[in-house]
Amino acid sequence: MTWVNTILQGLLLGGIFAMAAGGLSLMFGVMRIANLAHGDLMILGGYAAAVSTLHLGVPVPLTVLVSMAVLGGLGYLLQRTLLDRAMALSELAPMMVTFGIAVMIPNALAEVFSNDAQPLNIGALGTASIELGGGLAIGWFPLLTVVAAVLVLTGLHLFLHRTQIGRITRATADDPEVVRLMGVDNLKIYALTTVISLVTVALAGTLYAMRQGGVTPYEGQLTVLFAFETVVIGGLGSLWGTLAGGLVLGVAQSAGAQISPDLPLLAGHVVFLLVLVFRPQGLFGRSVLA
Amino acid sequence: MTGLELHAVDAGYGDFQALFAISLHVAEGELLALVGANGAGKSTLLRIIAGSLRPFRGSIRFDGADIADLSDIRRARAGIGLVPEGRRLFPSLTVEENLRVGAGTGRKGRWDLKGVYEVLPLLAERRDRRAARLSGGEQQAVAIGRALMGNPRLLLLDEVSLGLAPVVVDQLYAALPDIRTSGTTVVLVEQDLSRTFAVADRLCCLLEGRIALSGLASALTRAQVTEAYFGTASVSAPEVTS
Amino acid sequence: MTIRSAVVTPGEDLRRPEISRGGRAAAAGPAGAILVLLLMACLPYLVEPGLTSELVTLCYLVTLASMWNLLAGYAGMVSIGQQAYIGLGAYALFLANDHGLDVYTGTIVVSAVVALVAWPLSYLAFRLRGGYFAVGTWVIAEVVRLVVVRFDSLGGAGGRGLAAVTEDPLLRRAFTYWLALGVMAAAVLGTYLVLRSRLGLDLQAIRDDETAANSVGVDVTRGKRVIYVLAAAGCAAAGAVICVDGLGVASPGQIFGVQYSALMIFMVVIGGIGTVEGPVIGALVYFLLDKYFAQSGVWYLVIVGAAAIAVSLYLPRGLWGTLDRRSGLAIFPVARRVHGHQGTARPETRT
Repeated sequence: MTWVNTILQGLLLGGIFAMAAGGLSLMFGVMRIANLAHGDLMILGGYAAAVSTLHLGVPVPLTVLVSMAVLGGLGYLLQRTLLDRAMALSELAPMMVTFGIAVMIPNALAEVFSNDAQPLNIGALGTASIELGGGLAIGWFPLLTVVAAVLVLTGLHLFLHRTQIGRITRATADDPEVVRLMGVDNLKIYALTTVISLVTVALAGTLYAMRQGGVTPYEGQLTVLFAFETVVIGGLGSLWGTLAGGLVLGVAQSAGAQISPDLPLLAGHVVFLLVLVFRPQGLFGRSVLA
Repeated sequence: MTGLELHAVDAGYGDFQALFAISLHVAEGELLALVGANGAGKSTLLRIIAGSLRPFRGSIRFDGADIADLSDIRRARAGIGLVPEGRRLFPSLTVEENLRVGAGTGRKGRWDLKGVYEVLPLLAERRDRRAARLSGGEQQAVAIGRALMGNPRLLLLDEVSLGLAPVVVDQLYAALPDIRTSGTTVVLVEQDLSRTFAVADRLCCLLEGRIALSGLASALTRAQVTEAYFGTASVSAPEVTS
Repeated sequence: MTIRSAVVTPGEDLRRPEISRGGRAAAAGPAGAILVLLLMACLPYLVEPGLTSELVTLCYLVTLASMWNLLAGYAGMVSIGQQAYIGLGAYALFLANDHGLDVYTGTIVVSAVVALVAWPLSYLAFRLRGGYFAVGTWVIAEVVRLVVVRFDSLGGAGGRGLAAVTEDPLLRRAFTYWLALGVMAAAVLGTYLVLRSRLGLDLQAIRDDETAANSVGVDVTRGKRVIYVLAAAGCAAAGAVICVDGLGVASPGQIFGVQYSALMIFMVVIGGIGTVEGPVIGALVYFLLDKYFAQSGVWYLVIVGAAAIAVSLYLPRGLWGTLDRRSGLAIFPVARRVHGHQGTARPETRT
């Protein structure tokens, strides 16, 4: 029964990874930008939520919206001021820019808010759970997270495949020069992509902070690894693979923790490396954004 | 003046000049065929008209307005549609999705999915197939259909028949009269002289980046065009104007 | 070295274009560099020990920057996981030391051993490309750290001390400095030699166009793998220097920290990626910044990040690359330049 519980908890943990990875996958799929600041932006999203309730008195459930708005706006500025220029320069430049941001965010957060956790308390929801009998229980909040992850990924999928702007986004991923001949400004599509990516990462970051009960500056160094691992395990360019990758990583970490409390990180990394060795295209690998 | 008018256009890539003092005029609804050897500057000229490449000098007017400073995006919205060299489909999108993206110009007109499927019937059967998995001829049809979806008033076709079997090319050319009924101006690049003479109102032969010969197709002979094509004409090539 | 071009362009000027390596300082450069290194080697006899202590830091910064430049600037591999090899170098030095090797022999052995470890790991890392390669190397570094922490004999999570080379603190400082200087000299001159070799030409082809290089018979993966392993060995040597300098490792988290990658990227980007001189300049810039601004706390790191962004966007060739382009100056000429009909050096043909 312990192991069933372990797997269950792992699946619930994987929801956050999947959500965080969705935005990463989208940016890479459309612009070939591997956003090395993704984890730190996620943590920044958590800070936006925590700070808005602590200092501005925003009700906790609404902090999600504040965080999404802040990071969405930031995403637009980031794309327009830095990444557009970097993409025109070289393949290396966008990576340098995102890495620079990854250095700036946690240190700026530490300087402004200290290394202490900024609390984001969701009260009773944090501990409420559904008893399944036999000692099994599903926490309401983790369940909510998984549902949110599924909704986000489904939403992204529908957006990309069922809307005109989504189709144009995929076309831009294929050939940004040619969409211009169709009267489409590829730079606007890039800005939209980054905004969507950062809005989803804000959601992931806020839920992450709520789950942990708070957030500290340097956690992005771990979450960025989780997000990338999720994408690689699931297979580049596959949104459903991303969901599966998140769940696999969640279960691996949860199983590692079950064996020894200092093992979850190593277990997650090892699963990632095993996938690299035996199935480098990922579990649901496809060559194109889908 | 309506139609397309280029005046003294010099263009190229970096230090390399590909076009020298190009002046030409295509009236609305006309079909101009560009002929010339590989490297003569035909594709560069189409790119200049579509705005993917900026000229060094010279003016480009479309329907009386100077469009030299408009980006490729604005020109597409203004009604200039390019079927680029090498087709350049969106490989991960289906045929129908490729066509729908073509409507990104936001222009209304005669062309929609239904209209394109009527003129290019082979596309209707393949509508859900990914573009990467199409034959060369099917890909070219999608590329043309995609440009039509933008409802262009000026359609630029770059080497439609390149690498395709003659029977497939016949099918594609069969769509041309339909396309032209709505008054669309067409500029096409074609290597096959008999095909060129069959469809063109006006011919323009490029030689090493310069116009070697231009005039109404009906007023030119194959021998004249061949001479201009290879640059074997006498030093003062007769400029046949009309 | 001058290669006469076989192509004669017909025209008014029949003078053939000349292709040569380097600018004005072609031969003087490396000789001058060696002279500077010899002078630096004499410093312990000439200056205060405090200065040589600081120079140790500069030496390993130059080493690290040169290694990262070799990876990213010449082989197109952006790694953010070189701390794996820095850490392994430091920890392997404990083992070498336990077996009675002195730090000099130890550093050489450690580099070789870490190179042997990096070889199989390259097969893992090379499964990924671009940004995913970068993160893959980071994960590998994390795994190495998490594994090392599990060995109690290596001090576990608490780090470990290194027995002092000698009781005499003055002599110890000098020994450490010479080690650091030797490692740096090997890194910089080694980079220069690699780039002038056949491998250097292959790398150039890979960096310009990987697919094309492959199609003309350059073994792309092999070339990259050799560089990856060399860079690992260099980082391990730097790790050993850091370990000797600090008389051990404060904690695995520190020596395996991703901040080393941040440092390397900063130094190379600021100095000028894809030049031998750039990383040296970048290391010097960072060294001075660190010396004078490190006490301004964490804001300083924020500014380091911002500066890296600004330079990548507005000065993509870095300080040295920009200077080099304007003046045609090169201390380590690995570029081939065409001296055209007008007799002007054309920087576009940099290699």
